[in-house]
Amino acid sequence: MRRLALLVGVAAALFAIACSKQEPPAPPAAKAEDPKRELITKGAYLAAAADCYACHTVRGSEPFAGGLEIPTPFGTLFTPNVTPDPETGIGSWSADDFWRAMHEGRSKDGSFLYPAFPYTNYTKVTRADSDAIYAYFMSLKPVKKKSRAHEMGFPYNQRQLMAGWRALYFKAGEFKEDPKQSKEWNRGAYLVEGLGHCNACHATRNALGAITADDDYSGGLIPVQNWYAPSLTSSRETGLGDWEVKEIVDLLRTGVAERSAVFGPMAAVVMHSLQEMSLGDLNAMAVYLKAQSEKKASAPLLDSGPSDEQTAGMMRTGAKIYKDYCAACHQPNGEGVPRVYPPLVNNAAITMRNPVNPIRVVLNGGFPPSTQGNPRPYGMPPFYQELNNEQVAAVVTYIRRSWGNYSSPTTAAEVARSRGVPAD
Amino acid sequence: MKPHVAYLLPRLRWTLLLAAAWSFAAAAQVKPPPDTIQQRLLACSICHGEQGEGLRKNEYYPRLAGKPAGYIYNQLANFRDRRREFAIMNYLVAYLSDNYLLEIADHYSKLVTPYPGQSTRAAPDMLARGGRLANEGDPARKIPGCVACHGKSLTGAEPAIPGLVGLYGDYIAAQMGAWKNDKRHAMAPDCMREVAQLLTPQDIGAVTAWLVAQPVPADPRPAPAGSVKPPLECGGITRK
Repeated sequence: MRRLALLVGVAAALFAIACSKQEPPAPPAAKAEDPKRELITKGAYLAAAADCYACHTVRGSEPFAGGLEIPTPFGTLFTPNVTPDPETGIGSWSADDFWRAMHEGRSKDGSFLYPAFPYTNYTKVTRADSDAIYAYFMSLKPVKKKSRAHEMGFPYNQRQLMAGWRALYFKAGEFKEDPKQSKEWNRGAYLVEGLGHCNACHATRNALGAITADDDYSGGLIPVQNWYAPSLTSSRETGLGDWEVKEIVDLLRTGVAERSAVFGPMAAVVMHSLQEMSLGDLNAMAVYLKAQSEKKASAPLLDSGPSDEQTAGMMRTGAKIYKDYCAACHQPNGEGVPRVYPPLVNNAAITMRNPVNPIRVVLNGGFPPSTQGNPRPYGMPPFYQELNNEQVAAVVTYIRRSWGNYSSPTTAAEVARSRGVPAD
Repeated sequence: MKPHVAYLLPRLRWTLLLAAAWSFAAAAQVKPPPDTIQQRLLACSICHGEQGEGLRKNEYYPRLAGKPAGYIYNQLANFRDRRREFAIMNYLVAYLSDNYLLEIADHYSKLVTPYPGQSTRAAPDMLARGGRLANEGDPARKIPGCVACHGKSLTGAEPAIPGLVGLYGDYIAAQMGAWKNDKRHAMAPDCMREVAQLLTPQDIGAVTAWLVAQPVPADPRPAPAGSVKPPLECGGITRK
């Protein structure tokens, strides 16, 4: 049993989101009379929806030529070259081979792929869509770049041992429409559960590194990157149930919305994937996500931890720091400025149980992504050398417990753990 | 009089109430930030200064003001695309578009702000060695002088060669070390890497000491485009 646990543990958390800047090459323009071109254009769109670029490209290097380092608790993975070079890429693969990777998580030679490649999601993708993505990859310029061997420790380097994990946590199967739901809901579910692989980050993995339900969006800490991907279902985290569909679409498309902005790994997803998607598809995703959120009863009030008396000192320090450093942009009452400076009041990203995201944003600042809808984002300054751990803890505690927010305080020790610039 | 006042008072009360309500509303109203590039770049000015002057308290944060726009853009793109490593910069510009980086570069290139005074603490023989390296290089070791690329007055050249005067010594030495140790790259062919590989730590110390001892000329602007002919091929200059 212990051995089985080890085997299945192999897969834990091998899903870091990479980010990279270079734009994917524009797909060749579609000509109505050329079905092959049309297929490639469709494939380019679907590859963007699946965010293939994020993991298969190293910032500043050739798109899709792989080589991105994905550190995991079990060793380091290097993403493969998926350009059509016959020797070093997937040029020798057939559409059947590609489908087997997407649908069954097996390589051309039949070996098991590590689930850092999210085949547990991609298995839902239709054969037609898989063929389109294949056609797109085959249309790219072949890049000769040998894929680097993974550096996994024993026993995680024994790929055949993945069989145990797969028996427990993987079942190949295309997406099945739910006839009780609208067409839009079903399209959203197909994109979110399949190509979008949202729960690769937005779900809690069990002790064996697996996500046990396709519609689990309960949130989770992204290993190694140490950003917290909030729950998409809980009203205490993103609280999408109480958002308008349009607001959700805005955030996904432009990176900013009336009451939120994306940072860190989600900024990469918006930049390279979501902003390329059609309004219809984003709308469908938003409808599905919002429905997931409404499905569950609203969570109980946040546990507030220590009493107000115990945190009074921190709150006084925090209030002073807030006034000096934060209020000019986020406003004295924490209301922010819509689409420019996110509100801090009544914002689940601030008050959710795990304070790691607000701590990291105070320490490192950041920009939401440049998108067509928000090409020149306003930035937040990094305060890592301006404020010490006690001061950061105080101001984060202050914003988590002011203006009607009522959430647990944080500590200098927690801030110390989050020091260091986020890796991408 | 009396009826008059009685007539006025309720009205006055309303006026006062309305005025109070209005001023309360005004106070509670969100003050939108000015839609300026400075406001958008507060994330930068915390380290590089509002006028791009760089900060004294951490001499590794260089000034940006007045540097050629092409140079600033190249550095932003290098940080984004990981040719140049500095964790907080790699993170901050990771998701910014070329157009936005160009606008940021243009903004800082146009700022004019005073330079820090020079310092002359180095020993005379070290200064002499540094001066020779900067002006003539070392032909025997195939090292070109700084002036060959960075201009006679070392204020750089448009569109993409940075000035070397008015920088802090810690910053200059750190950059040369980073090039030597493959932590900083420019677009290929990376001419500065070639030069840094030829320099010994003593060379770097000497040339840094000499550079920080030079006064910034009255006209600190980069030399016009085409006024220098670099002896090496440099990707950062030849590529748009």
